[in-house]
Amino acid sequence: QYVPVKGDHVIGIVTAKTGDLFKVDVGGSELASLSYLAFEGATKRNRPNVQVGDLIYGQFLVANKDMEPELVCIDSSGRASGMGVIGQDGFLFKVSLGLIRKLLAPKCEIIEELSQLYPFELVLGMNGRIWVKAKTVQQTLIIVNILEACEYMTAEQRKQALAKVSGN
Amino acid sequence: MKETPLSNCERRFLLRAVQERKRLDGRQCYDYRNVRISFGTDYGCCIVELGKTRVLGQVSCELVPPKPNRATEGILFFNLELSPMAAPAFEPGRQSELLVKLNRLIERCLRNSKCIDTESLCVVAGEKVWQIRVDLHVLNHDGNITDAASIAGIVALCHFRRPDVSVQGEEITVYTPEERDPVPLSIHHMPICVSFAFFQQGTYLLVDPSEREERVMDGLLVIAMNKHNEICTIQSSGGIMLLKDQVLRCSKISAVKVAEITELIQKALENDQKVRKEGGKFGFAESIPNQKITAFKMEGAAVDTTDVEEQAEEIITKADPPSEVFTQPILHTPGTAQIGEGIENAWGDLEESEREETADEEGETDAPAFEWEKIKMEDTSGTKETEKDEPIVLSDSEEEEVVILEPQAPSRKTRTQATLKQENTSKKTFNKKRKKKRVAH
Repeated sequence: QYVPVKGDHVIGIVTAKTGDLFKVDVGGSELASLSYLAFEGATKRNRPNVQVGDLIYGQFLVANKDMEPELVCIDSSGRASGMGVIGQDGFLFKVSLGLIRKLLAPKCEIIEELSQLYPFELVLGMNGRIWVKAKTVQQTLIIVNILEACEYMTAEQRKQALAKVSGN
Repeated sequence: MKETPLSNCERRFLLRAVQERKRLDGRQCYDYRNVRISFGTDYGCCIVELGKTRVLGQVSCELVPPKPNRATEGILFFNLELSPMAAPAFEPGRQSELLVKLNRLIERCLRNSKCIDTESLCVVAGEKVWQIRVDLHVLNHDGNITDAASIAGIVALCHFRRPDVSVQGEEITVYTPEERDPVPLSIHHMPICVSFAFFQQGTYLLVDPSEREERVMDGLLVIAMNKHNEICTIQSSGGIMLLKDQVLRCSKISAVKVAEITELIQKALENDQKVRKEGGKFGFAESIPNQKITAFKMEGAAVDTTDVEEQAEEIITKADPPSEVFTQPILHTPGTAQIGEGIENAWGDLEESEREETADEEGETDAPAFEWEKIKMEDTSGTKETEKDEPIVLSDSEEEEVVILEPQAPSRKTRTQATLKQENTSKKTFNKKRKKKRVAH
């Protein structure tokens, strides 16, 4: 179970659009709120194009045990720096929180080895959610399966699996 | 607790994967997940695992007066429970629609098919009959509870032994297991449910849908069949319209699957029987392996990894035709040249690429887009060929325009992936500078 922490970057799913607020599910015990003004270049007239069911990559502005958590897609200087609505294609899946922290470490072997295979886009949320997009469905599925299995595989098993993929 | 909502992204991906006949765990369209059956120490207790979906079945019996209109028949009672440990959305005490549907289906499958001989459950006509109660608990929900529950039900019934009875005149003696061996129920046949998930108005069909696939499916068809190819129950939900030949095809598939599963069940029952007879250890403690918190195991997913990597030739042949052709190449920085084919410039798409690049800084693995790969390929081929036209060297990369030559012969463009990665980073930092300049103008 994920506990929201201020400053954490997470992937959320928009569940409701009420007035000028979005309700986003981040995998915690409560839904987080996201104001429509918290996007880069958003004004009252210029609303961001967010629908229910879209994926959002944002960080927590407020996250304590007394209040409802708040997400923003903008950093302190007002720029998006990678946050916002995540693109339409690709696949979202869940892994354990420990694996996410391992993948976000500076020199993560898993990511380096995977990037040797073929190009793909990857967004990691601290709430255990990962979004992957590769050129074909097959490639995406391979990455999803390898990442899910990385939890349980030793480094050697992983290298073997990757060798099998690149060998074919 | 509410369920996690399904994002549009996942839905789209799953539908696309189904269209390409690919499943998340690498199965084929008609493949079942691994079925594992284990028995407990008591007779009539079993756990069935269908992939990660687990259902526990327990059978018990009791002597009761029979129903008034069926005085010579025993009573069968089925109960399916969705325990909250199966899925966060299942709450105790709440009669959800899913629960009612599953209950009705199991009841119809096992009761109406007359797989159990109820006449044999009669002890004294009109006074005492056996009431057999089958309790099914869903321990984990990963899709297709129907099939797992039906297998658990029938296996538990086959495994169960009721106490032996003898009637002398008016006296009924029920023997304890120590006095006389308990007697198995008389079962005529084993009906097993097979579920089919339909997508896109019946165009695509999957057997044994997993939880994600169930969320995006259009409709579900359940066929309960036994190994003698007799259909016991058929149910279609979701309101999709099925053609006659689709239903026939499904019934043929389920005949094959049911035969396999029945064989598996027989083998499991025999094994258990053997172990008990030989006095060996039996029960859950033996069959369900010890799982320590620190030791993880996962089943390998067989994902098809053939033909995953694209060859450079494929990329070239699929490229878009050139859009603009200028006469002179311009060297952006000394040592590189842009003499590529004019593919669609990704320059115009500033926001997206900007986000991709800044996302790179946050530790994501960013993939060069399709177009960038091409440009990089041209780059290195350019460095090898500076004897083309007279290049104009601009010392700082302050220029704006991308100058493109006529496309070269395809043979030049074959390169390996390894060198591609090296160009990656240098090209990226270079691109950033260019883009910023563009915005300023």
